[in-house]
Amino acid sequence: MSNVNDWLNEHGDYLYRFALARLRDPHQAEDAVQETMLAAIKSNNFEGDSSARTWLTGILKHKIIDLQRKQIREQPVSDLIDFDASDTSMDDFFDVKGHWLDKPQTLDMPENALEQKQFLNILSSCMDKLPKKLAAIFTMRDVQETENETICKELDITATNAWVMLYRARMGLRKCLEINWNIG
Amino acid sequence: MKFMITCKQASQIISQSLDNPLSWSDRMKLKFHLFICDACTRFNRQLHLISNALKSMRSDTENDSTIQLTSEAKIRILNNIQAKNH
Repeated sequence: MSNVNDWLNEHGDYLYRFALARLRDPHQAEDAVQETMLAAIKSNNFEGDSSARTWLTGILKHKIIDLQRKQIREQPVSDLIDFDASDTSMDDFFDVKGHWLDKPQTLDMPENALEQKQFLNILSSCMDKLPKKLAAIFTMRDVQETENETICKELDITATNAWVMLYRARMGLRKCLEINWNIG
Repeated sequence: MKFMITCKQASQIISQSLDNPLSWSDRMKLKFHLFICDACTRFNRQLHLISNALKSMRSDTENDSTIQLTSEAKIRILNNIQAKNH
């Protein structure tokens, strides 16, 4: 236990920020740090020549994926099976001929720091509005820059499922951003 | 004409291009489509903007030293570990 105390004091904030940056949820981030500590005291494969922080971060990365996998698995199975490349629900965005119903508008990152912050806040709230499983897979891909292959393996989904989910997440997100960020 | 794709198809190829290298034929189709389509060109920029913004949000959080585990959180973690580790 004294180890945990030291780890928390020396690396706790770092690990928490690392988790929060990827999970975007304070409670989940705290959980991830806790599970990391628990795994760390149970395992004795800490190699003296790597730093404790590197070792703990390695464990944390797995815990983050565990949490995301759980988030996706908790969704009704039928929702996941439903994904099919030929699915037509994307027709909300296009007419029968495949033309945009609403043409995408110019969207620029504002130069000014305050507006930039507003922009990022809107992006963040748009992420929160995505269906949870879409948000989770999209976060793995675009926030954590996880390779597609890894995502499919970790979540046990096909490449087609993955790309349909990522496509939907991106379509939803850009629409939400466009609606809520209408300047210029 | 084989090279012509719809905006819907273009949007799908653009999304895929963020995840995997495109095949030669998809790359050519997309290039041609973007050349003649302003809406999809904007869409392409939007997706890149979102992706870059999310990455900068991530590093902002990682480097923000004001974000810390509160002492309450540390105590919570210690207590939970003690409870689970028996």
